[in-house]
Amino acid sequence: MTVINHLPVLLIAIPILASLLIFAAGWYDRRFAYPITLITVLFQFTASVILLLQVMQEGTIRYHLGGWAPPLGIELVIDSFNGFILAAIMLLAAATVVYARRSVEKEIEQEKIVSFYVLFQLLVTGLVGMTITGDIFNLYVFLEISSIAAYTLISASRKPHSYVASFNYLVLGSISAGFILLGIGNLYVATGTLNMAELAAILPASYGLATVHSAFLFLMIGFSIKIAFFPLHLWLPDAYTESPSAVTILISTVMAKVSVYALFRILFSVFTTAYIIDSFPVTGFILLMATVAIVAGAVLAIAQDDLKRMLAYSSISQIGYIMFALGVANQIALEGGLLHILGHAVMKGCLFMVAGMIIYRMGTSKLSELKGVAKTMPISCAAFALAGASMIGIPPTIGFMSKYYLVLGAFEAGLWPYAVVLLIGSLLAAVYIWKFIEIAYFGDHHDNHHTSVREGPLSMLAPMVCLAVLCLIFGVFVEVLMEAVGPAVILLLGGV
Amino acid sequence: MRENVVIRTVSRLAVPFIQVFALYVIVHGASGAGGGFQGGVVFASSFILMMVAFGLVEVRRRIDNRGIMIFSVMGIAIYAGIGFLCLLLAGNFLEYGVIEAAVGIPHLHGYLLDAVEAGIGITVMAVMTSIIYDISDNRGEAP
Repeated sequence: MTVINHLPVLLIAIPILASLLIFAAGWYDRRFAYPITLITVLFQFTASVILLLQVMQEGTIRYHLGGWAPPLGIELVIDSFNGFILAAIMLLAAATVVYARRSVEKEIEQEKIVSFYVLFQLLVTGLVGMTITGDIFNLYVFLEISSIAAYTLISASRKPHSYVASFNYLVLGSISAGFILLGIGNLYVATGTLNMAELAAILPASYGLATVHSAFLFLMIGFSIKIAFFPLHLWLPDAYTESPSAVTILISTVMAKVSVYALFRILFSVFTTAYIIDSFPVTGFILLMATVAIVAGAVLAIAQDDLKRMLAYSSISQIGYIMFALGVANQIALEGGLLHILGHAVMKGCLFMVAGMIIYRMGTSKLSELKGVAKTMPISCAAFALAGASMIGIPPTIGFMSKYYLVLGAFEAGLWPYAVVLLIGSLLAAVYIWKFIEIAYFGDHHDNHHTSVREGPLSMLAPMVCLAVLCLIFGVFVEVLMEAVGPAVILLLGGV
Repeated sequence: MRENVVIRTVSRLAVPFIQVFALYVIVHGASGAGGGFQGGVVFASSFILMMVAFGLVEVRRRIDNRGIMIFSVMGIAIYAGIGFLCLLLAGNFLEYGVIEAAVGIPHLHGYLLDAVEAGIGITVMAVMTSIIYDISDNRGEAP
């Protein structure tokens, strides 16, 4: 028995302890709050990478809390699917924490900084818990931890609009949590177990039951609200726009991706492909809604005049791509979908970091006031252009690779009209990304009264540039990623 | 606030009983219905009663923000401390059996379970109380 064996539980227990330590240490001196958060998140990142490598070499890790075997106790499971997601979200969380320090100092009131980091840490912990738990009710508990932390964090910038955004999200989030809880309850009624692996084994016998169908619908709708799948996205634009920059980055990358993960996990590992294709054919509908989401999100993004709000609508469009993979549900498309989970997190994280940087220096994210910003903030705008190229899907970026796999998957399934929609989505993405590029690089510099602004501090620039470069590196060395993604997809489709 | 002898006297009598009941719920959690969360909430409810009867200022004198901070950290520290102790003794997180085997006292796992429940109870009590403070705080003005 070494520390490595206990990493799964340490990944949750240490950060929960740390969040209270931040609270206590911050009581003595506010300056302690940030270093503890940083160390904890870096620890989580390291641990997640170690776990991913271990899973890739030795297979699934199962950890029984309290030594109780699964039907009775709660287990933590790390397999090739959530190992990949875990490493991806912790990479983004680590980048966000590095970025957060200066941005938070500027945007949050001094006396609220300690509680901000406590909630920040709890949000990350809740999301990690959601990712590695093997128990469906435990998933719900962690979902609530992370959601409540997120509601509070969104309102942390203390503007009137952020309260409204937070309240809207609170209402919709609670409805979604209610749906998810009902779904879990129905599954428990039908099977008598809450363990995911057990559920997958017992459920096929009752695939015909109305209880199971309603459970599926409840879970599907609940998580669709959480991930902001197109018609249920109404909370997202306000929440992303009004929250402090660091929070926007965290919820748009880490939180959104974990919710997507949870949906995939429920659909493929609790229910199976056999259920969602044969017993309760829902993939066609998901595919249709995903294409609507891709186009509608992109069109709405083009219509915005605020940088952050534009990126928020772009997230709705990109979620459509991931759900598209779910709708096609063959190996290649799912590989593309998983790549896009990582890729979108990296590029959207970078884009929101640029938006946060512009707000940090200029105090606004209105596109009309950003004319010629590239002359004063060249590095940020270059990072935006690179991540934006990835968003459009220009080779050799990660965005191109994931969309390429999606298109291939759609062709393989004979869904070529849908593949055309993917390309239209890319063209629309080019329009809204170009809208900022044009204003930043070719806008008339002299209309602008912010001529004296400079680039932001290094602690904000470094993670931004790292993520922008990662868009490129992941795209070029996509084979390395596929070694992690390939087994994950086989696992989702019911292989080993 | 208007004096009300009946409310104050009844509260003064009821609060100790509520708190003892809370402790009972916490200790009972190991073997039946109950547990740290429920017990902690019951305990915090005794503070609500005190607030209704004696006012916020009076209760804040007994348990202030600093006390809440100490209690909430202490509770979670008990919980996590026992959990980590199990890890040190080569068990899984919260696997009390390994501590019992290492120390050699029979039925120790039951007491450890109670200690963990008490830790949860303390934290829940402190956090609940702080929530009540926050929503009933009228920014220092007299009620």
